[in-house]
Amino acid sequence: MVKQSKIVINNMNYYYRKKQVIFDLSLEIPRNEIMAVFGPANSGVTTFLRSLNRLCDLTPEGHMDGEILLDGESIYGHASNVTELRRRVGMVFEVPTPLPMSIFDNIAFGPRLNGKKSMKEITETVERALRQAALWDEVKDRLSISGMSLSGGQQQRLCIARVLALEPEVILLDRACSGLDPISTAKIEESLIQLKEQFTIVIAPHNIQQAVRICDRAVFMLMGHLIEEGTNVEVFSNPKDQRTSDYITGRFG
Amino acid sequence: MKKFKEQLSGRVFFALALSSISALALITVFIIANGAPLIADVGVVKFIFGMEWAPSRGEFGIFPMVIGSVTVTLGAAVIGVPIGVCCSVFLAEFAPKAMSTIFRPAIQLLAGIPSVVYGFWGLIFVVPAVRNLFGGPGLSILTGSIILGVMILPTVISISEVSILALPRQYKEGALALGMTHWQTIYAVMIPAAKSGIVAAVILGIGRAIGETMAVIMVLGNAVSVPESILDPVRTLTTNIGIEMGYASGEHQQALFATGIVLFVAIMILNSFAQYITRRK
Amino acid sequence: MKLTPAQSEKIARTVIWAAALLVIGLLSFIIVYILVKGLPVINVQFLTDNPRSMGRTGGIASSIVGTFMVTVLAIAIVIPFGIGTAFYLAEYTKGNMLTRVIRFSAESLAGIPSIVYGLFGFIFFVIYLKLGWSILSGGLTLAFMILPTVIRTSEEAILAVPLIYREVSFSLSATKWQTISRVVFPSALLGIVNGIILSIGRCVAETAAVMLTAGLALGMPTSIFSPTRTMAVHFYVLAMEGISTENAFGTAALLIVLILLINVVANTLVNRFMAKGR
Repeated sequence: MVKQSKIVINNMNYYYRKKQVIFDLSLEIPRNEIMAVFGPANSGVTTFLRSLNRLCDLTPEGHMDGEILLDGESIYGHASNVTELRRRVGMVFEVPTPLPMSIFDNIAFGPRLNGKKSMKEITETVERALRQAALWDEVKDRLSISGMSLSGGQQQRLCIARVLALEPEVILLDRACSGLDPISTAKIEESLIQLKEQFTIVIAPHNIQQAVRICDRAVFMLMGHLIEEGTNVEVFSNPKDQRTSDYITGRFG
Repeated sequence: MKKFKEQLSGRVFFALALSSISALALITVFIIANGAPLIADVGVVKFIFGMEWAPSRGEFGIFPMVIGSVTVTLGAAVIGVPIGVCCSVFLAEFAPKAMSTIFRPAIQLLAGIPSVVYGFWGLIFVVPAVRNLFGGPGLSILTGSIILGVMILPTVISISEVSILALPRQYKEGALALGMTHWQTIYAVMIPAAKSGIVAAVILGIGRAIGETMAVIMVLGNAVSVPESILDPVRTLTTNIGIEMGYASGEHQQALFATGIVLFVAIMILNSFAQYITRRK
Repeated sequence: MKLTPAQSEKIARTVIWAAALLVIGLLSFIIVYILVKGLPVINVQFLTDNPRSMGRTGGIASSIVGTFMVTVLAIAIVIPFGIGTAFYLAEYTKGNMLTRVIRFSAESLAGIPSIVYGLFGFIFFVIYLKLGWSILSGGLTLAFMILPTVIRTSEEAILAVPLIYREVSFSLSATKWQTISRVVFPSALLGIVNGIILSIGRCVAETAAVMLTAGLALGMPTSIFSPTRTMAVHFYVLAMEGISTENAFGTAALLIVLILLINVVANTLVNRFMAKGR
C-alpha cells in the first residue's frame, strides 16, 4: 500500500545561535495517521513541531536548513505563504491558551482573519469545530463567556476546536495534555482518534503511555537526533535501538 | 490586500516612532537657535559667570541664578533623598499589605498634584514657618528646598523601589540564612546591590528639582543676588525665565532662551548620566 | 557604645516608619488643607460664571473650558504618536541602533523641564508657526511634553501581554498586523488607557508650559485659535498677584478634586488590568 506522505522532511538541521539543536533529520509523515514524536527534555521535539508550521520563524536567533515539503511543496521556499501554511498546519500548545475573549470569538478568530465571511458561515464553523472537539454540549449555552473561565480540560479542547475552525490539514499538538486530569485527557485522545479520519496529526505526547495509546507511528528523538522511527508496535514493543528501549522502560529520562 | 496592510502598518509604526526623535531635535534646534547668538555675543564665560543681570542695561550674567539653582537643588536633595530612600525601603520591605495599597497610590497622587499648588501651600505655610522659626524674610533657599524636597519624593521613591524589588530573592534569603537581621540584610546586602538604581533615582530627582519652576517661583523671593545664607532669597534659572518671559523682547528674550540652553544642557547631562548608570548592568 | 543588631534593627524600623508616615501625613495635610479652604468657595455660580475684574470676583467657567480644550487637544495629538512609537518599540524591532536612539530621545524628553517646553512652544508654535497664544499652541506644546509618558506606559502595557498570545495568534494564521490589532492591542488597552489618564492629569496640572503658549486671556474661548488661561495658570496668577485668595483656593480645590478623580480612575484601571493578566 503506497500512500503519498503528507509531510516529507529531508536533512533538516536547526540551530539556535551557534548551537545545533536538530541534526540531519529526515522523516516522512503519512496522512490520516497519528504520529507521536517523543523524547526526554531538550530532544528538539518542540523545535521540530514548531518548524512544521514555521512558528519557529518567531525565534529571533533561530536558523534552519534542509527541506520540509507539505504535499510535495517546500514550506520554506520562495513561493510559500506563511499565513496560508499556518492555516493548513494548526498548532495546539502545551498550556491551554484561550485568548482573552469569548469562547465564540476564540474559535471565530481564525475564520475571521481572511474576512469576507458572513456571520452565518462563521456561526456554522464555530459549531462544527466545537462538535468535532467534543466541547459543544458543554458550552453551547454560554458561547459569549470568556474562554478563560472554562476548566483546564475544556480550555484545551477549545484550543483544539480553534485549530479545527481553520479547516486545517495537519494538526500539531505539543504536549497538549500535560496539565490535564485523566478524564479530560481521555476525552481529547478519543476525539483525536476520530479526527485522524480527516486530518494528519503529529503529537508530542506528554508521556510514553499516551503515545502507546493513540499513535499509529512513533518517532524517538534524543539530543536532537532521530533515533528510531516505526509503527506503534515496532517502536514500543520491539524497539531496535538500545536507547529507545532504555527510555521507554524508564532507565533514563 | 493583507500584504498591503501588513507593509503599510509596519511603515506607519516606523514613521510614528520617529516622533520622539523629531520632537527632541526640534526642541534642541529652536532653543539653541534663539539663545546661542546671545551667548556668542556676551561670551560663554561672561554669560555663565557674570554677576550682573540687568536686561535694561544689556547686562546678561546668570551666575546668581546658577548659584540659586544649585543651592536650592542641593537643599532639595538633602531633604528629599533620605526620606525618599527610607520610603522606598519601607514600600519594598516593611510595609504591611494594607499600608502599601494606600502608600503606592498616595505617591502617585503626590506626583500628580500641580506644582502651583505646592508653591501656594509653601507660600501660605512654609514661608511663615521658616520666618518665625529662623528669621529672615521666609522667602528663601530653605523654603524652596523644603518644597522641592517634597516634590522630588515620587521620583526618588518609585525608581529606588523598582531597583530594590528587582533584586534576586536569593540575595535576601541568603543573607537571612546567614543569621543577619532584616535591617542588616537591607543595609549590608540589598541597598549596596540596588545602588545603581538608587543613584539613578537621586539623579533623576535632582533633574526634576533643577527643572521645577512654578512651585519655587512663589517661595524663593526671586532676588537676583548671590545668597549669603540659606535664609536669603534667590532666583533660579527656571524662575528667571518664568518671571521675565511674560514681558521680555529682543535681546532680553534671547537671554532667557540662553538661560534655557544652560538649563537644557544641565538636564541632558544629568539624564544621560542616569541612563548610563541604569544601563551599565 | 556599640548598638546590638537588635537595637539597630529597632532604630532603623522606627526611622523608616517615621519617614513613611511623614510623607503620608504631609500629603494628606496638603490635600485636606486646600479642600477645606477651597471647597466652600465652589458652587454652581463659581463653575458657570466667567471671571470678573481680573478674577477678583465671578467664577472660572472660561478657565475650565480652556483647560478642557487644551487637554483634549494634547491627548488627541499625542495618542497616535505615543502609542505608535510604543508598538514600534515593543513589536517591530529587536534592539538595533535606531531603537536605542528612539529610547534615548524619549527618556531625554521626559527629563526636559516644563519651562523649557514652554520656551520651545512659545518660539515654535506661537511665533514661528504664527499660531499666536492659543489653545492650539498650548495643546501642541503639552502633546510634546506628555509624549514620553505615553510611550513609556503604553510600551509597558504592550510588553505585559503574554508572549504566548502572539504565538497563538500567529499559529492561527494571523499576520503581524492582525496579531497586533486583534490580540495585542485589546489586551494592552487598559494599561494604555491608564497611561493616557495619567497624562491627562499632567496636562490639567501643568502651568509653566501652557502659560507661555496658551496665554493669560480670561475670555471664554471660541475656537482652538483663541487664547485661554487654564485653571492652573489662573490659580497661579490669582495667588501670586494676591488678586483673590478665596478664588485661588476655590480653583486649587477644583484642581485637586480633578487630580484625585483622575488618580482613582487610573488606579481602578490598573487593578483591573492586573486582575485580567492573571
